[in-house]
Amino acid sequence: MAEPYAIEMRGICKHFGSTIANNSVDLTVKKGEILALLGENGSGKTTLMNMLSGIYKPDSGSILVDGKEVSINSPEDAKRLGIGMVHQHFKLVDVFSAADNIWMGKEKTGFVLKKDRYQQINEMITRFGFDIDPQKKVYNMSVSEKQTLEIVKVLCYGAKVIILDEPTAVLTVQEIEKLFAVLRRMKEQGHSIIIITHKLNEVMDISDRVAILRKGEYITTVETSQTNEQALTEWMVGHKVDLNIDRPVIEKTSPLLEVRDVTIRNDEGAIAIDGINFYIRGGEMLGVAGIAGCGQKELCEAIAGLRPIEKGQMIHKGENIVGLEPKAILDKGISMSFIPEDRLGMGLAPSMSITDNMILKKYSDGKGPFVDRKQGRQEAEEIIRQLSVVTPSTEIPVRRLSGGNVQKVLLGREIKANPNVIITAYPVRGLDIGSSYTIYNILNEQKKAGVGILFVGEDLDVMMALCDKIMVICHGKVMGVVHAHKTTKEELGLMMTGALDLTHKYADKPAGFAKDSRFEEHSGS
Amino acid sequence: MDKLAILTTFIHNIVVFNIPLLYGTVGEIVVEKSGSLNLGVEGIMAVGAIFGYIIGCYANSLGVGIAVAFLAGAMCGLLFAALTVSLQANQNITGLTLTTFGLGIYFFVGNGLKARGWPVMADYSNIKNGFADIAIPGLSEIPLLGRGLFTHNILVYLGVAIAVAMWWYLNHSVPGLKLRAVGENPGSADSVGINVKRFKYLHICLGCGIMGIGGYYMGLNMSGSFNSSCWINGYGWIAVALVIFANWNPALAILGTFVFGFFNTLRVSGSSLASAFPGALGWLVKIPTQVYQALPFIITAIVLFASSVKNKQNSGQPGALGLNYFREER
Repeated sequence: MAEPYAIEMRGICKHFGSTIANNSVDLTVKKGEILALLGENGSGKTTLMNMLSGIYKPDSGSILVDGKEVSINSPEDAKRLGIGMVHQHFKLVDVFSAADNIWMGKEKTGFVLKKDRYQQINEMITRFGFDIDPQKKVYNMSVSEKQTLEIVKVLCYGAKVIILDEPTAVLTVQEIEKLFAVLRRMKEQGHSIIIITHKLNEVMDISDRVAILRKGEYITTVETSQTNEQALTEWMVGHKVDLNIDRPVIEKTSPLLEVRDVTIRNDEGAIAIDGINFYIRGGEMLGVAGIAGCGQKELCEAIAGLRPIEKGQMIHKGENIVGLEPKAILDKGISMSFIPEDRLGMGLAPSMSITDNMILKKYSDGKGPFVDRKQGRQEAEEIIRQLSVVTPSTEIPVRRLSGGNVQKVLLGREIKANPNVIITAYPVRGLDIGSSYTIYNILNEQKKAGVGILFVGEDLDVMMALCDKIMVICHGKVMGVVHAHKTTKEELGLMMTGALDLTHKYADKPAGFAKDSRFEEHSGS
Repeated sequence: MDKLAILTTFIHNIVVFNIPLLYGTVGEIVVEKSGSLNLGVEGIMAVGAIFGYIIGCYANSLGVGIAVAFLAGAMCGLLFAALTVSLQANQNITGLTLTTFGLGIYFFVGNGLKARGWPVMADYSNIKNGFADIAIPGLSEIPLLGRGLFTHNILVYLGVAIAVAMWWYLNHSVPGLKLRAVGENPGSADSVGINVKRFKYLHICLGCGIMGIGGYYMGLNMSGSFNSSCWINGYGWIAVALVIFANWNPALAILGTFVFGFFNTLRVSGSSLASAFPGALGWLVKIPTQVYQALPFIITAIVLFASSVKNKQNSGQPGALGLNYFREER
C-alpha cells in the first residue's frame, strides 16, 4: 500500500449563508512536498485552509491526516494534529515580544522564569535556522520579520503540515527569495507545505504540485513540472486568457498635474519625499517604482491633500492645489486610491455596504438632508456589473467581500467620480490574474479618455508593460524618469537601490520639468 | 485630640474607607484584561454585598460572608459572560443593565428582609470580631504611619494581597500571558490553541467575584445598617475610572486607590484637619465639599488626557477591549 497522504480532504463543502465557498473539494498533500493552491480571489482557497486549521468547520466532507479520519473543531485540534497556518493577516499580539507570542500557545510549560523563556525560545529559533530577537516587540518588527515569527511559531508547536496564505503578497523580491529558501529547507526536513499565491512564476518556482480551485469548485491537481503558466491560468479562470498587458498609445495633452520641489515629512517627522519634480499629462500613465516604504504613501497622501507638504508647489491645470482641503482637491478631479498592506484600511468603510460606500463619496451632492439611496444602489449595481464584482448583493458589508472584490469596488467608485487625474497605489495588491487584468483594463480605459494616471506599483514586469513612463524613487529622491518600453528591469533595479541616478542625464533639461509647463503662467499670475 | 492623632486617623481613614475601591478596580482589571468591558461593577458589588452580609451573618462567620460575596459576584460575572461571550451581546449595554439589575436585587433582597427582621452586625460576634483591626507586629509600632497603615481589618490586608497576587498572575504567569493574549487579540490567541471562551468565562467570573468581596466590605464598613441609599454609593463607577488611572496594572491600582482615597477622605475629615492645623490647613474648610466630591473625577479626566497623549504602546489597555470575539467572523 502506498504511503498515506499527510492531508487528504474529501468532498469538503462550506456555505456562508447563501454563498457557497467550497463545493465538494478534494485535496491531497503528500509528505515532504510543497503544494501550491491556486485560484482567483473568492475561489475559496482561504476558506478551505481555514477548515484545515480549525477556524471554520466544514458543512460536509471528511478530512484525513496520515490516513486517519479526524474532526478539526478548533485551532487547538489542528495544532494537536500538527497542522499550522500562517495567516495572511498575521495572528500576532502586537504588544508582546516574539518569545511571548510563541510562549502563549505552548502547553504544559510549567513554571519558567522570563529570562529562561527567552533563552529557550532563542535556542529554538536558532535550531530552525532563523534569526529573530526573542525580546523584540512585534510592533517594532517589519512585515517580513513578523512572517518569520509566524513560521517559527508553527514550527515550535511541532507542525508537520504548514499552510501559508499569500505569504509573498507583502514581501520584497529579496525577502521572497529568503522565504523560499526556508520553505525548501523545511521540505527537506519532511514537512508538508501548502502555499497560497497568485503569482504564477512563484508557483512554478517553488511547488511540486499545483491544486486549482475555481469559484469554490475543485478543478484539478497537476505536477508543476508538467505544466506551464498559460495552462494554469486557463484552469484557474476557466477560459483562454491573454497574458499580455495592453499599452494603448494615445495623444498626450498638456501637463495636468505638475509637482515641483516638493518635500514631505512622514509621520515620524523624517523627510519621506525630498525635493521631488514630476508631471503627468492627460492620456499618460506614469509609473512610480521604488522599494517599499520609500515615500510612495506620503506622496499619494500629499497630492490628495491628506498630508501637509513641507515646501514646494503642486499645480493642477495651472492652479495651485497646495493647502487645499481634500474635498476641494477631489472636486478638481484628482482622485486617490491607496491599497495599504492590510488592504482594508483606506478608502472604504469595511462594515458598511457597497451602496453606503458609494454614497459616502458623494453625500454632499445630494439635495436636502436625505440620503439618496436609490442612486447609490444604482451606482453600486453598475460597478458590480462592469467590474464583475462577486457579491451576493449591494447591501452586504464590504469586509465580507474577498480582497480583490473590495479593491474593484474602491477603484470603481473613484472612477465613477469622473476624475481627470487618478492616483492609484498598489491597485492589484493581492489580486489574482483575472482581477488584475480587469484593473489594468479599467485604468487603460481611463487613460484613453484622457485621464492622467499616477500608478504606484511593485511588480516591475507589470509596470514596464502597462505604464508610459516610470519614475524611480529611492529614499524619497527621484532617480530619474524613464520610458517604460525602453528601460530594462536591471536598470530599474539599479535606480531603485540608488546605484544609478539619471536625473542629470541631460544637462539642458532638468528631470521632471515639462517643456510646456504651465508653471510660469501660474507664478506670473 | 492631639494633632498627631488627627493625622493618624486621617491616614487610617484613607485606607479603611477606600480599600473597597481596590477590590472593584482589581476585579475590573482582571475582567478587562480578558477583553471584556464590564460597566456593571456598581451592581455586582451591590449583589456581593447584600448576599455576603446576610448569609455571613446567619452563618456568623466572616469567612462564609467573604466566600458568599465572592460567589454572588461571580454569578453576576457568569451572567455577563453568558450574555456577551456566548450570546455576543453588546458589552457596554450588558454592563449598564447589570448595574441596574444588581442594585435592583440589592434593594429587593434588603427591603424584603428588613420587613421580617434585619440581621444587625453587632449581634454576630464572629463577624464583629473578625472585622476588628489587627495590628501587624512591628510595623504597627512605627509612629504616625504604624496605626494609619498597618493596623487594619483583615479585608484590607486581603485586598492588598489580592492586588499583588493579580499583578503577579497577569504579568508573570503563563495563564496570565494567555489571558493578556485573549484580551489583546483573541484571534491570535485562538489560532495558537488557547480556549478563548473558557479564558473569558473564568476571568470574568474571577474578576466579578473580587468585586463582590469589595461590596461586602462596604457593607461591613457601614456596620450593615440598611437604609435608602445603597452601600456601594457610586464606588463601582470610580473603580471603572481607576482602572484607567492604574493603566490596567493591579499593583498601580493600590497607588490609585490611595490617591483617590486621599481626596475622598479630605472631604470627610477636611474640617478636623483644618481645626487641628489652623495655620497651614485652615483654608481647607473654605473649599466647598462639591469640589472634593468632584476631585476624583477631575483627576480621572486629567489622567485620561495624559494617557491619550502618551505613547500608545505603553498603555495597558487591552487591544480588543469591548469587542466580542466570534471565530468565524470575517
